[in-house]
Amino acid sequence: MLTAADDAALARATARRQARSRLLAHIVLALGVLVFAFPIWLTLVGSSHDANTIGRGDVPLWFGAQAITNYISAWTTGGSAVRTTGQVPAWLMLWNSLNMAVMIAVGKIVISLLSAYAVVFFSFPGRMVAFWLIFITLMLPVEVRIIPTFEVMVNLGLINTMAGLVVPLVASATATLLFRQFFLTIPDEYVEAAKIDGAGPLRFFKDVVMPLSVTNIAALFVILFIYGWNQYLWPLLIVSDKDLETVVVGMSKMIGTSDSQNEWNIIMATAVLAMLPPVAVVVFMQRWFVKGLTETEK
Amino acid sequence: MRKKVIFKGIALPWLLLLPQLVITGVFFFWPAGQAIYGSFLREDAFGLSRDFVGLENFRDVLADPNYLAAGWNTVVFSSSVAIGALGVALFLAVQADKAIRGADAYKTLLIWPYAVAPAVAAVLWLFMFHPQIGLFGRALNGIGIRWDYQVNGNQAMLLVILAAAWKQVSYNFIFFLAGLQSIPRAVLEAAAIDGARPFRRFWTIIFPLLAPTSFFLLVVNIVYAFFDTFGTIHALTKGGPGQATSTLIYKVYVDGVQNLNFGASAAQSVILMAIVIGLTAVQFRFVERKVHY
Repeated sequence: MLTAADDAALARATARRQARSRLLAHIVLALGVLVFAFPIWLTLVGSSHDANTIGRGDVPLWFGAQAITNYISAWTTGGSAVRTTGQVPAWLMLWNSLNMAVMIAVGKIVISLLSAYAVVFFSFPGRMVAFWLIFITLMLPVEVRIIPTFEVMVNLGLINTMAGLVVPLVASATATLLFRQFFLTIPDEYVEAAKIDGAGPLRFFKDVVMPLSVTNIAALFVILFIYGWNQYLWPLLIVSDKDLETVVVGMSKMIGTSDSQNEWNIIMATAVLAMLPPVAVVVFMQRWFVKGLTETEK
Repeated sequence: MRKKVIFKGIALPWLLLLPQLVITGVFFFWPAGQAIYGSFLREDAFGLSRDFVGLENFRDVLADPNYLAAGWNTVVFSSSVAIGALGVALFLAVQADKAIRGADAYKTLLIWPYAVAPAVAAVLWLFMFHPQIGLFGRALNGIGIRWDYQVNGNQAMLLVILAAAWKQVSYNFIFFLAGLQSIPRAVLEAAAIDGARPFRRFWTIIFPLLAPTSFFLLVVNIVYAFFDTFGTIHALTKGGPGQATSTLIYKVYVDGVQNLNFGASAAQSVILMAIVIGLTAVQFRFVERKVHY
């Protein structure tokens, strides 16, 4: 039998153990946050110094006085260093990235909504074939069909165009699968009621399915915006025209092979600008972001 | 699973499917077919004609020591990225799952690296480990370790692994945390009352319950390390020094885009397609989730 004193001692021991475990959790998480934030900190600091300070290797840990000059230089001209690719102002690269990301996200959502609707709410010959044709594209990422896709783009005259950047990335099995799964949860009674009211399939889509899908669309938009913004291989292949340069690719092109020529402070400022929009989207739309991520499951 | 009540019609559903099918056909199936077709052809030295050579491209590719080296690099790179990113994420998620104050703030502060592009992540790590301008690169050289990832292949590999894993932890963290939070508290409390210590509770209860999540994440991480890290490698090391960080994806790019070796690149594409199909099949076979058709 446990006495009251034993009970109290046990409770105290448990409380102590839990407090220790919580303290450990705080320490580990704080360290984790620091490790993950440190590269960003260093880059932010670097973007506020002059090129010589960084080039000499005197890596500062606190901000310098050049921040405004550097960001203006990056934004308006892309820096003054001589590079093989030539300089592109960051505002133009950001504008191109924004266009590309929004068009990819919206395009994917629109065509996926339509095709998922057709597959779920209609019975027609070839339905299974259509579904599998879409589904199988999961297995053909751009990376594995680089060269032939590039040849197709050349044949269609889509090299160095915004359409060429966006359209091939718009087909998405993931988004179609997500909408399909969601549509399957819409009760049959809704369709029945709509039919009794004399509403056709298009009316039902507009008045019932679309309003029900709003949260899914928002969640998916967040994920797809980041996906579009962070594209690398495709823009690298399709765009050689400076006017269409996107910021992720453009930023990495700023790093030349010869280190002495690199204007590190401007490169760092551009890196900060390149990651700001998607990071802001994740932080400020966190709820939708987590929903989108866990529900598309890639 | 399908609906009982559905609309009739043939033209309308096909019309709705048309945009997706056209894009899929033109940009997926046509090029994929071209890759398969091209993998059996070889271009002559002047690029004038293409002859049927059977499986010769595959034989050449698989006998090419550079390709095998790239394959080995891919294995080392992918497994390191997956194990590193999964391990760190699980550890952090277990800590964040403890009912502590500020858990939400930690969560926000840990998930944002997901939004950083692989190529940007590479550049951030370059700033830290550059032998001349990087804080850590200089520090390592300062204490007598010869650190220069532009010369030393192992160091280059280590750096691309770190940059790729750094970015992927947040993704895994979100899924592990969701998995942990779905474990009923009652089960854990029952184990605690039975006297199971935290470590034992983790291995006998939490870990088995997380197994499906872990397996799903393992496949996703391998796919990420295979395909999405092209930007990391291209921005950080360009596959170098030598071939030290050239993975299978990077080699397809180099052979096809820079060396313009049509047949070899097509054969490599087909091999990669087989790998993706294998990975996707594994994912759907063992993680029964998305499709029930």
